[in-house]
Amino acid sequence: MTAVVRTSRPVAAHKARPGPARPVRRRVGGLLMAAPALLLFGLFGLVPLVGVLVLSLTHWDGLGSLSWAGLANWGSVLADDATWQALWLTLKVMVVSWLVQTPLALALGVFQAPRGRLRALFAVLWFLPLLLSAVAIGLTWQALLDPSFGIGATPGLHWLAQPLLGSPELALYTVIFVIAWQFVPFHALLYQAGLRQIPVSLYEAAAIDGAGPATRFLHITLPQLKYTFVTSSTLMLVGSLTYFDLIYVLSGGTGGPGTATRVLPLAMYITGFQAHDMGRASAIATLLVVFGLGLSLLTTRLSGFTRMDSQQEGM
Amino acid sequence: MREFQVIGNSGILALPTTRRAAVGAIALAAALSLTACGTSGPGGSSANSSKGLTMWALTDQTILKDSVDAYNKDHPDEKITLRLFANDDYKQKLRVAFGANQAPDIFFSWGGGALDDYVKAGKVDTLTDAQVNLLRFTPSVLKSATFDGKVYGVPANGLAPVVLYYNKKVLKGAGVEPPKTYDELLAAVKKLKGDGVTPISLAANSKWPTLMYLEYLLDREGGSKVFDGIASGDAAAWKDPAVTKANQKLQDLAKAGAFGDNASSVSYDQGASTALLYTGKAGMELMGTWEYANLVKAAPDFVKNDLGYVAFPSVSGGTGDPKSIVGNPSNFLSLNSSSKDKSAALTYLKKYVLNDEQVDAYLAAGSVPPVNKLESKLAAVKSADDKKWLTFVYELVQNSPNFQLSWDQALPSDQADPLLTNVDKSFLREIKPEEFGTNMSEAAQ
Repeated sequence: MTAVVRTSRPVAAHKARPGPARPVRRRVGGLLMAAPALLLFGLFGLVPLVGVLVLSLTHWDGLGSLSWAGLANWGSVLADDATWQALWLTLKVMVVSWLVQTPLALALGVFQAPRGRLRALFAVLWFLPLLLSAVAIGLTWQALLDPSFGIGATPGLHWLAQPLLGSPELALYTVIFVIAWQFVPFHALLYQAGLRQIPVSLYEAAAIDGAGPATRFLHITLPQLKYTFVTSSTLMLVGSLTYFDLIYVLSGGTGGPGTATRVLPLAMYITGFQAHDMGRASAIATLLVVFGLGLSLLTTRLSGFTRMDSQQEGM
Repeated sequence: MREFQVIGNSGILALPTTRRAAVGAIALAAALSLTACGTSGPGGSSANSSKGLTMWALTDQTILKDSVDAYNKDHPDEKITLRLFANDDYKQKLRVAFGANQAPDIFFSWGGGALDDYVKAGKVDTLTDAQVNLLRFTPSVLKSATFDGKVYGVPANGLAPVVLYYNKKVLKGAGVEPPKTYDELLAAVKKLKGDGVTPISLAANSKWPTLMYLEYLLDREGGSKVFDGIASGDAAAWKDPAVTKANQKLQDLAKAGAFGDNASSVSYDQGASTALLYTGKAGMELMGTWEYANLVKAAPDFVKNDLGYVAFPSVSGGTGDPKSIVGNPSNFLSLNSSSKDKSAALTYLKKYVLNDEQVDAYLAAGSVPPVNKLESKLAAVKSADDKKWLTFVYELVQNSPNFQLSWDQALPSDQADPLLTNVDKSFLREIKPEEFGTNMSEAAQ
C-alpha cells in the first residue's frame, strides 16, 4: 500500500514547487531566517566541539596551564578496558531501552488516541513523569527502591525488597526501567498524535472491504505510523547516548555498584570533573560525538528518513 | 485532502542526510558541553568584583554562617558574602571556579590532596601563627592542611573521627557485647544474623562508607606508615601485604553477612543507613561523628536510651596502634592567593573562626571543635548524654597517635575515583583481595 502511495508523489510535488526564477531569492531569504539559529549553533555547538577536540590533545587538570599531549590521551582512552565497558553499557541501555519503550509507548498511544474522558484522564496521569526533573525522578526512585524502607517494606510486596540498585546484575536494568518510566509517556504522546492524523476514511474504506480490527491495525495503523516510529526511535536511540542525570543520581554519582552503570557520558563526567583529567574526558566526549554521528547517519539511512514522503497522496 | 504531519517533518529533519547528521552531532556536542558546564555555575560571584569578600562553604554549616553574620555586623564596610552549596558537587564547583579565576576569597575544603592541588597551582596563601593564631588548634588536625611544613588552612568545624555506633537494645537481644577486637566483631555478626537483624548498617551505594572499613583495617593491620607511604606518592606501597590482608578482612565480614543483602542499595544521603540503626533493624554502624547530630535530630529517644559507641576494634596480629583513628580531622578554610582584601580575610580567620562563641556553639551541637584545652568547657556541658559523647570524642582524638584523613580526601583527586570504585568492587567481591592493591598501584602511576 505504501508503495502505491509513494509512486504518485513526484507529480504532486513538482506541481507545488515554485518556478525557476524564485529559488535564488528564496535561498537568501532562507539563509537570513536561519541566521540566528546558525549563529547559536556555531557559538554553542561548533566552537565547543572544536574546543573539545583540541582539549583532547592536551593535558589539563582544570587549574594550571595546558600542556600539549599529542595522542597520549587517545592512546590511554582507547587502550582502557573501562572505556569499552562504558561503551558496551551505553549500547545496552540504548538497545534495551528501545526494546522496552517502543511497544509500551505504541500500546499506550493506541489506547489514548480515541477521544474519551477516561482516556484523557489516563493520558494526563501518564504525562506526569514528563513534568518532573530527572533529579527529582532519580531521588524518588532511589527512595522507593530502598530495600529496607521503600516499596519493598510494604506487606505483600516483600519480593521487591531486593538490592535492585545495588546488585551489579540488576542495577542496569533497574536504571533502564526508571528511564522508561520517565520517557514512555512522551513517546506515547508522539504515537497518539500520529494516530490522530490517520484519516478516518482509510478505516472506513477498509471496513467496507471487510477488514477486521486486527487487519486494520496491521495494514493501516502500523504503516501509517511508520514515520512516527522512525522519529520516536531516533529520539530514543540518540537520546540514550546522552542519558546522564538520571543514572548519575540513581547510582549516587558513581556509576556503581562497582562500574555496573557507568555509561560513557558518566565516565566522561567522572574523568573530567572528579578526576580532573580534562584531556581524557575530552577524548571520551569526542568518542561520544563520533558514535552519535554514526548512529544518526545509520538510523536516517536505514529508515529512509530522507525520503520522508507523504503516505496520503491521492487522498 | 489533509496534510499528513509527522512531528519534526520540517526544520532540521528536512535537511539532506549528511548535513542533518552533522547538525545532530553538533547538537550532541553542545549537549555534552552543557553537561560539563552544569556544575560550573558559580553564578557571578566573582571574588574581586566589588568591595568586600566572598566565601564558599557547605549548606549544613549553620554555625559557620553565624560567625560570618557576627563578622558582618562588626565590619559593615567589608562584608563577607557567604554562598552555601550542597555537598556532592561543591568540589567540582570550586575547581571550575578556580580554573576560571572566579574563585571566592575564602573557601571551605577537606584539606588533603584536593587542597594540595590548589597549593601546587599557587592558588592558596600560606597562613602563619602571627596571622591567624595557629597554636590554638589541635596539631594532629592541622596536619591535613599542612604541605611542605607550611599551613594552608584553619580548621573550621568539629573533629570527625569515624567510630562504631551500636544499638544497645539490639545487641542485648542477641546477647552480644560491643566488639573490642575484629574476632569479636565477626562473632557478633554471626549472633546478630542468627537473631534476624542486619548486623551492621552500611550505605555501600555511596561507596565512601565502605572505604572507612578499609582505612581502619589497614591501619590496624600494618600501622599508619603503610598509608603514609601511599600518600607520599609511592605507587608500589599499595602492594604492601597489609593492604591485601585488610581487603581480606573486609571481604570476610561481607561473606559472613555482616552488612545484610541490601547494603549496596543503601545510599547515605537518603538517611537509610542511619534509620536502620535507630529503628533497630541493624545492630551497628561505622560512621563519622556527624552521625551523632543526625541521630539526635531523627531519634532523640534512641540517643537517650539505646545509643552506644566505641572505637573501631583492634586486629589481633596487626602491627597498628589500636588507638589510631581515621576520618575527617576537620574541614578547613583557606585564603585565595588572588584575593584583593587579604587583611580583612585574615581578620575573619583569626578572630571569628573557632573563637570562644563558635566553640560553645559547636559543643552545644554535639561536635568537638579541634582546639586545645577544652576540658573545662567539656565539664560545663549540661546535657549528660552530650557530655559523655563529647568527652568520648575529645579523648579519642587526644589519645590517638595518628589521625588519618579519609583516603579519598587525602589522595590526589585523580586517584579518588579509582579508589572508591575498587573499594566497591572489593566489597562486592568482584575482585580478589590482592587485586585491590595491584589495581590501585596501577591507578597511582
